[in-house]
Amino acid sequence: MASIGAEVAHVPPAEVAEVELYHPRSWITKYVFSQDAKVIAIQYSFTAIAIGIVALVLSWMMRLQLGFPNTFDFIEAADYYQFITMHGMIMVIYLLTALFLGGFGNYLIPLMVGARDMVFPYVNMLSYWVYLLAVIVLVASFFVPGGPTGAGWTLYPPQAILSGTPGSGGGILLMCVSLALFIVGFTMGGLNYVVTVLQARTRGMTLMRMPLTVWGIFVATILALLAFPALFVGAVMMTLDNVLGTSFFMPTIIEQGEKLGYEGGSPLLFQHLFWFFGHPEVYIVALPGFGIVSDLIATHARRNIFGYRMMVWAIVIIGGLSFVVWAHHMYVSGMNPWFGFFFATTTLIIAVPTAIKVYNWTLTLWKGSIHFTLPMLFAIAFIVTFVNGGITGLFLGNAVIDVPLSDTMFVVAHFHMVMGVAPILVIFGAIYHWYPLITGRMLNEWMGQFHFWVTFIGAYTIFLPLHYLGFLGVPRRYFEMGETSFIPESAATLNAFVSVVALIVGFAQLVFFFNMAWSVFKGKRAGRNPWGATTLEWQTPDLPPTHGNWGETTPVVYRWAYGYSIPGAERDFVPQNEPPDRVAALGN
Amino acid sequence: MIVGFILLLVAVGTVAFHFLSPWWWTPIASNWGYIDDAIIITFWVTGAVFIGIIVFMAYCAFRYHHKRGGRAVYEPENKKMEVWLTVLTSVGVAVMLAPGLFVWNQFVTVPEDATEFEALGQQWQWSFRLPGKDGKLGTSDAQHISGENPFGLNPGDPNGKDDVLVLGDDLHLPINKPVKALLRSIDVLHDFYVPEFRAKMDLVPGAVTFFWFTPTRTGTFDVLCFELCGVGHHAMRGKVVVEEESAYQDWLNEQTTYAQSVAQSRSGAGVRVVLTDGEAEPAEGGSTD
Repeated sequence: MASIGAEVAHVPPAEVAEVELYHPRSWITKYVFSQDAKVIAIQYSFTAIAIGIVALVLSWMMRLQLGFPNTFDFIEAADYYQFITMHGMIMVIYLLTALFLGGFGNYLIPLMVGARDMVFPYVNMLSYWVYLLAVIVLVASFFVPGGPTGAGWTLYPPQAILSGTPGSGGGILLMCVSLALFIVGFTMGGLNYVVTVLQARTRGMTLMRMPLTVWGIFVATILALLAFPALFVGAVMMTLDNVLGTSFFMPTIIEQGEKLGYEGGSPLLFQHLFWFFGHPEVYIVALPGFGIVSDLIATHARRNIFGYRMMVWAIVIIGGLSFVVWAHHMYVSGMNPWFGFFFATTTLIIAVPTAIKVYNWTLTLWKGSIHFTLPMLFAIAFIVTFVNGGITGLFLGNAVIDVPLSDTMFVVAHFHMVMGVAPILVIFGAIYHWYPLITGRMLNEWMGQFHFWVTFIGAYTIFLPLHYLGFLGVPRRYFEMGETSFIPESAATLNAFVSVVALIVGFAQLVFFFNMAWSVFKGKRAGRNPWGATTLEWQTPDLPPTHGNWGETTPVVYRWAYGYSIPGAERDFVPQNEPPDRVAALGN
Repeated sequence: MIVGFILLLVAVGTVAFHFLSPWWWTPIASNWGYIDDAIIITFWVTGAVFIGIIVFMAYCAFRYHHKRGGRAVYEPENKKMEVWLTVLTSVGVAVMLAPGLFVWNQFVTVPEDATEFEALGQQWQWSFRLPGKDGKLGTSDAQHISGENPFGLNPGDPNGKDDVLVLGDDLHLPINKPVKALLRSIDVLHDFYVPEFRAKMDLVPGAVTFFWFTPTRTGTFDVLCFELCGVGHHAMRGKVVVEEESAYQDWLNEQTTYAQSVAQSRSGAGVRVVLTDGEAEPAEGGSTD
């Protein structure tokens, strides 16, 4: 697959003639209602980061309350539960999912597979505008009477729609509407990503020559297309329970002494729907991260990714298994306890392909020629936090160990490490890596170094100790701990310390945002392919790539994406589209 | 260089924090020491893997950082190594899964001699029901709930007449007797958890859920709600008093039965519950022998 001189003769030319792209004729169709995947990617990314900043601020508010209870009059119990709910929902759906798939997916898929654009540009444009509408509806819920929902990001009924929960009026209604819109928007984008990967690869770009970034986003999109409908159904049914008084999820309920009109529904049904979406969602966020980090490590260690085929199969197997593990979120939900045997087994089996990926990342560093650039630093930090968060998943996945730990701070620490900190570190690495492609300029190195060290060490310092509060039995989702007989005073001290670190890490993000804005104008000019990467996105005729990506003709691909440090080659990288005769000539 | 050092620091710091942390589980007060054992096994297996990976990366950072003119080794695959790593990982997973499933089997298999009690959750208080002299809990349904029947006991079920009702007060349990907790909620999801017992389960309105344990240490323990149940979630507390059999029987005999509480409320002697109040207190004259 990788040997020099491999021909593409056995790969027939594309049989479908090129279809002329839609060309924008005005500023509005070029930059606002744009059908160019690269512009849509930027729109997705800006929107996701903007709403992500709201989630960041919410996390500061909740850390203030946890670190210094009884100090801030403006944070009441209802506010606190609204903060945690909106923080979680924004981070998981509106930031991470949108940024990885709508942002990186849109920018990188067409460029990396050698396509001119997504296959359905108009639908792709609609995808963004529906996503934006979903975000606006979400933000609107902050301003309705009663405020946004405080039901926890899991939105479990019955409490999500009962008056004992903050935002049980307009808040939960808008939340469900926003989620439904998000899913509609995502589906339009997601179909694009899948069909583009399957149908629009350039000549020679076989599936097993694709960069792992594309594999990760591709499989994650398939997961999302299969998983999000379960959430959609859940949101619609809960809205019917809420508005029309149906009883899908609502049994007979005596609320504060008063009998409500519901009868016969099942709260557990919602949990099954939610987690049938919710667990694959973890991998919808993780798989693009896996793919991107593979490419960052290979590029900056100047070494082929170790065990490429195993890496591809691991992504596919993890994706498949992610649909048969959902009820590990429900070991103590009151479902039939015999399910525990099945779901504990499937859950722990996922550890095997996941561990293989981790080994192969580290084995790519091994015998490499590692450049400790910012993308590489973030990639290494990702491995540390992902392994840490992954192994605590082995605690929670093992049914009986989950019994004492579920709904404690251990769970909070686990999922923040594994699907909060780790994917965000990948996103940072990816931004430092691809920023020069998108803007033509490098991000500032010193601001980047500051941002990296504070974020990595800080985030690890925040979440490592929280596991231990979980062992102690400190619950999650508690506005205040109050009096207990088993929590020592030192736990409060630890919480205060964690809050201070969290605020510092939050400040470092402001430096990053400043860097992003400043470097557009003042950053060092990047030049072509500054990292010496092999993948196609760096081989476009124009930098940054322009409308249509490839100028006159699309590239022809001769080899896999990991032609780094090939013995005999002149340079330590051979781009995927470099003709074999040229490589041979340079090498001799 | 500095990256290698920092990685080593992360590894050393994590291990040091683990052993020096003053935050660790509470002294156990139930039979579920097996769960603690399963956690310890998982700690050793995963801890070794975590430290191994970080130290290996630190080694790579020291040994394989870019040097002028240096080149990486081109080596797409190494089947033998990949197979070995897969096999070793599978063994590690099996070592954690096997004891986990073994203990889970115990957790879901309630001993035949376990006595039952019921924990009833509502926003935001705990109530408890224990079987009377007949040793049986009467049937119940949320449809029956009313001011004089806050547990929703089936008025036609004779087994329920002597059920002992503990409204918004402490639960007492005898030491060293296996108990099966039957869990019921009348409004939203709750979760019954005593950290010292290690075992918890959600309360689901419309269903009766259960788990079992054997208290092994006398004392008074906090009951916390461990499933978000609304704005008063953090304040939904109760207490369990584990005591010797004789003390337990004395306490049990002082409690009110369902038949007694109905009689009282009909005679107007006192209404024990105010359902709209989060902290229901026995009203004047509410308790009898």
